[in-house]
Amino acid sequence: MVTTPNGFDLDNTGRRIVVDPVTRIEGHMRCEVNVDDQGVIRNAVSTGTMWRGLEVILKGRDPRDAWAFTERICGVCTGTHALTSVRAVEDALGITIPDNANSIRNIMQLNLEIHDHVVHFYHLHALDWVNPINALKADPKATSELQQAVSPSHPLSSPGYFRDVQNRLKKFVESGQLGLFKNGYWDNPAYLLPPEADLMATTHYLEALDLQKEIVKVHTIFGGKNPHPNWLVGGVPCPINVHSTGAVGAINMERLNMVSSIIDKCHEFNVNVYLPDVKAIGGFYKNWLYGGGLSSKACLAYGDIPENPNDFSPEQLYLPRGAIIDGNLNEVHDVDQRDPEQVQEFVDHSWYTYGEPGRGLHPWDGITEPNYELGPNAKGTKTDIKELDEAGKYSWIKAPRWRGHAMEVGPLARYVVGYAKGHEDIKNQVDGFLRDMNLPVSALFSTLGRTAARALESEYCGRLQRHFFDKLVQNIKNGDESTANIEKWDPSTWPKEAKGVGATEAPRGALGHWIKIKDGRIENYQCVVPTTWNGSPRDTAGNIGAFEASLMNTPMERPDEPVEILRTLHSFDPCLACSTHVMSPDGDELTTVKVR
Amino acid sequence: MPANVLILGIGNVLWADEGFGVRCVERLAGAHAFDDNVRLLDGGTQGLYLLPFLEEADILVVFDAVDYGLAPGTLKIVENDAVPQFLGAKKMSLHQTGFQDVIATARLMGYCPETLLLIGCQPQELEDYGGGLRDVVAAQIDPAIRVALGKLADLGVHARRGQGDQSLLADAAILRDAYESGRPDADAACRTGDARFFPAAD
Repeated sequence: MVTTPNGFDLDNTGRRIVVDPVTRIEGHMRCEVNVDDQGVIRNAVSTGTMWRGLEVILKGRDPRDAWAFTERICGVCTGTHALTSVRAVEDALGITIPDNANSIRNIMQLNLEIHDHVVHFYHLHALDWVNPINALKADPKATSELQQAVSPSHPLSSPGYFRDVQNRLKKFVESGQLGLFKNGYWDNPAYLLPPEADLMATTHYLEALDLQKEIVKVHTIFGGKNPHPNWLVGGVPCPINVHSTGAVGAINMERLNMVSSIIDKCHEFNVNVYLPDVKAIGGFYKNWLYGGGLSSKACLAYGDIPENPNDFSPEQLYLPRGAIIDGNLNEVHDVDQRDPEQVQEFVDHSWYTYGEPGRGLHPWDGITEPNYELGPNAKGTKTDIKELDEAGKYSWIKAPRWRGHAMEVGPLARYVVGYAKGHEDIKNQVDGFLRDMNLPVSALFSTLGRTAARALESEYCGRLQRHFFDKLVQNIKNGDESTANIEKWDPSTWPKEAKGVGATEAPRGALGHWIKIKDGRIENYQCVVPTTWNGSPRDTAGNIGAFEASLMNTPMERPDEPVEILRTLHSFDPCLACSTHVMSPDGDELTTVKVR
Repeated sequence: MPANVLILGIGNVLWADEGFGVRCVERLAGAHAFDDNVRLLDGGTQGLYLLPFLEEADILVVFDAVDYGLAPGTLKIVENDAVPQFLGAKKMSLHQTGFQDVIATARLMGYCPETLLLIGCQPQELEDYGGGLRDVVAAQIDPAIRVALGKLADLGVHARRGQGDQSLLADAAILRDAYESGRPDADAACRTGDARFFPAAD
């Protein structure tokens, strides 16, 4: 047994279970654990199957175009990457954006946050807790009573409504195209909901599908189009024209009113459906408080949603910035992405080399030199790995560290940092939630806490969206229709060399892009994405990463049905499309679970 | 009222032949114009984001890189019920977000387009991040477009010569020519990878 510097007892002598790939995530990851005689996880190894730095695409290109490339690295966070990219370029070149651009970017980013949280919970994560097959056994009348009890304000609650949904579901399941619900372990005793709760939640799965179609219209309105909205270095690419019929595509009052009504709809859904569901489902799983991992020890948030343009000082950000280390919630450190001593990436256990062991590189100086070799105790071959050797190199994900610490990022990290800082809105939300659930603060540090933080944040983001919408409209009414600053658009106005950093809070956590510009072209471009933090392998000192830590000491009902592993990994909303690439050689996506 | 048509290219342009579908729509729009009932969309690797477009469509034409284990550059045409029958069987589309899940969801919601046409092309190379289409796949863009135009004509949907609507296509910076000609040199940016996917590189 080994105790890691970040406080976990690892024992790799028990049976090894390999889950590859982990399904229902964006991208591809593999996970291996050792379980003891009681089926409890005593060692965890998370690996990204492939990684490529963006520099291989962006080197030599025009920095003003980088957003369009970064928008393509992922099928989910398109806008977040684009925003981070334009911020990095603006930072490098000293470009400021106007007030309306700040409001519109915030509305877009918050919109993506809400969209991602809702879709993640209902369409990717809920099936770890909710059994849609069991929903077929529900009594629609009892479901209606349950719905009215957990959310009296939600209008869709009649027995007939639930009966219709149940019939639709039955037809879908009977058609043999289980599609979305395939690969489930539907008879596993880890599922605890009564059929009525399953039917209620599955019904909301469908309602969320309808809602998400509305949410994305905000991106179409401000970004000109969706799914790949337009972005602009220096502001936003949508002109505002509220005083006449305006040019095609210009933002007019009719469009603004549409945004306003979508903001309201989302907020109603968050309040009447999403939060009550998390509480109702969570109530059945209150004794399943595993999965906390690093959340009580080490959390990192870059912060986002600045009140005013161009001011990223921590007190100006609605989503908090800060770092917590060594489990000391009484001290929140400020974070500076430019400080070479703070964010560093290590590769001792990653398939890269920096030439010498133990070296950490700040992203501005990041390099990508592959070094694909397996540790001496790995089983299988380089082309068909049976078992990884975590003592050697074992992942395409680098190991980012903040002052040497492995960190968790994401909604829970943001909420822990916010709570520790005494952020009033966050503190009220968390305390209220824990009171309603009759749970202590320590319950926050769990898989359920991560899932709850996401729901709370979705609701909070809706309120922030309203704030920035009203601010935008007021500013326009005051006569300011400016949306972009193009003073430094021309590369002849740029210095010969420049470097900058852009940071955001993506739905799944802290995201940074670091750029170096030389002679008007991109010299180096590095992204450290949230799943690089959470999915990181071990580092030189032996600290395990957030995914690995979160799996420790979790009991499994049936080791060959990794419901518990999926539950906890999904709670991070992992997105490996940008940190790794996905592809089993035969294109087969079915998970294989191997117990050795 | 004429049927609403959605012509959709899906895939990730950053992964070599994975960009086939997107490049087909791009080229189609470059030389063909349609009436307002026809929409051309670069769907990228988006999943659920595409549902609103499916809901509005009666006829859906999808260009995509698909793996049927055929010779690289072979076109594979699949119509109507045969498209979703692949659901859960073999992964039909190669990009991250399974488009079959999007179709399954549209069916579950009761608004899947009635007429489906998938024009797939067997890729030669996917594992080349930052790379463009291989010649054998690029050569299939025009034939694939001819197939689509032929099928659409059978359904009473006709194209005119001239530039089509490009508003839902990729930003100019990543259109095919700009993307492929601006690629960094191999010595400036590494192109090798994992032996599990690059047996030849080991």
